Amino acid sequence: MSALTPGFADPVLGAQAAFRAVLEAMSRPGRIVTAGSALRPPAPMNQAAAAVLLTLADADTPLAQDAGADAEAWLRFHCGAPLVAPGAASFVLATGAAPALASLVQGSEEEPQNGATLILQVAALVAGEGWRLTGPGIETEHRLRVDGAPEGFLAAWAANRAGFPCGVDVVLCAGDRLAALPRTVSIAES
Amino acid sequence: MNTSEAPSASGATTLEGYNFAYLDEATKRMIRRALLKAVAIPGHQIPFGGREMPLPYGWGTGGIQVTASILGPEDRLKVIDQGSDDTTNAISIRRFFTRVAGVATTEHTAEASVIQTRHRIPERLLREDQIMVYQVPQPEPLFRLEPRRVETKRLHALADYGLMHVRLYEDIARLGHIAKAYDYPVMVNGRYLMSPSPIPAFDNPKMDRMPALQLFGAGREKRIYAIPPYTDVRSLDFEDHPFRPIRAPQACALCGSRDTYLDEVITDDRGGRLFVCSDTDFCAERQADAAKEAAE
Repeated sequence: MSALTPGFADPVLGAQAAFRAVLEAMSRPGRIVTAGSALRPPAPMNQAAAAVLLTLADADTPLAQDAGADAEAWLRFHCGAPLVAPGAASFVLATGAAPALASLVQGSEEEPQNGATLILQVAALVAGEGWRLTGPGIETEHRLRVDGAPEGFLAAWAANRAGFPCGVDVVLCAGDRLAALPRTVSIAES
Repeated sequence: MNTSEAPSASGATTLEGYNFAYLDEATKRMIRRALLKAVAIPGHQIPFGGREMPLPYGWGTGGIQVTASILGPEDRLKVIDQGSDDTTNAISIRRFFTRVAGVATTEHTAEASVIQTRHRIPERLLREDQIMVYQVPQPEPLFRLEPRRVETKRLHALADYGLMHVRLYEDIARLGHIAKAYDYPVMVNGRYLMSPSPIPAFDNPKMDRMPALQLFGAGREKRIYAIPPYTDVRSLDFEDHPFRPIRAPQACALCGSRDTYLDEVITDDRGGRLFVCSDTDFCAERQADAAKEAAE
């Protein structure tokens, strides 16, 4: 195992800045924000995904991850989250093949907030082209191109959205940039 | 009244021995997770582990915990109580965050990045880069009709809001109109019935497709909910009895405004009274503009 790299230089203000970025991304689906630029997480975890987990995951949030032993050690040390199977996790980090949205925790009609958050690493995020996003948080339409999205993602997303208020929220991470897809957003192919 | 409190960026006046913005990091993480899910499910109430704050329930403990979880050193905080920047509640909350977070504060709506409010929405249109934080005494809109939490949870799950429609209908049957001047229930994104907190019904239309993010915190009831920007917020009504925001028919005695929400102020014990804008910042700006025009 290689030596652990540090988390946020300032744990309090670092987490605050990252949270505001994620909050902005979640409030305005498809808008790209920057988070965790200074982090050096173990590969293949990228900076934005690491920032999201440092900010939100802790002993209260079961976490599933597929990023390997180094990432596991890093997450164990910095977040202290219990590591579980994807089907039981509040946060799911997917760096490789993404688990099916329907296989993750969906929440219940009475407690839809228990639905999981999928942190999905993708190759690149480009604003102004690609998918057409509409829904709460979007004035008319946001455009977002996602390079390296899992195959069949849009169909799975449509099914996820149909289950509202239950469902999974997704944070797409590429390098130190991220965009969020709350369960309310509709995605149409361009 | 026009001057902001001195920003303490140097940290000179901040209290020693507390974490930034008072709450510990584990509490902030818990509230932040609730906030993100609240944004993802507009209008749905999410329980959270409300902490005891150094002021009593009913003074904005829910709003303060939400503000403490989002606030950063770059923010500029405005706090209003019934539209006013200079009431006890507003001043003490502003001072609290100056001391525990060292953030800059302002009384001007246009300069603020985070606005914590009790019972009003500012008259000035809010922007995308601003966040509204509402203090909520009772987050459950069905509370007076169905006091059992397990039951209201079920009703929200089923989107069964017949009780509230009957409540509004009974007003019409008895009084000829819907007699609810504040805390007027709204439907958020066509799915969840939500309490807008005790803002006047006059302010309800401002929530609809507001460019700013709106967050709600109820400290005693330990619930968080949210409305994302540009989300449909419709005040509950009937086709033949459409929602009408209520406003006193007078003009503001100080700035002359005829389209803002007014407070009635008793001036003596012989029936003398005055109607003035409830939003003190908006009123002061209008007065300053009028004085500038008069001088020219």
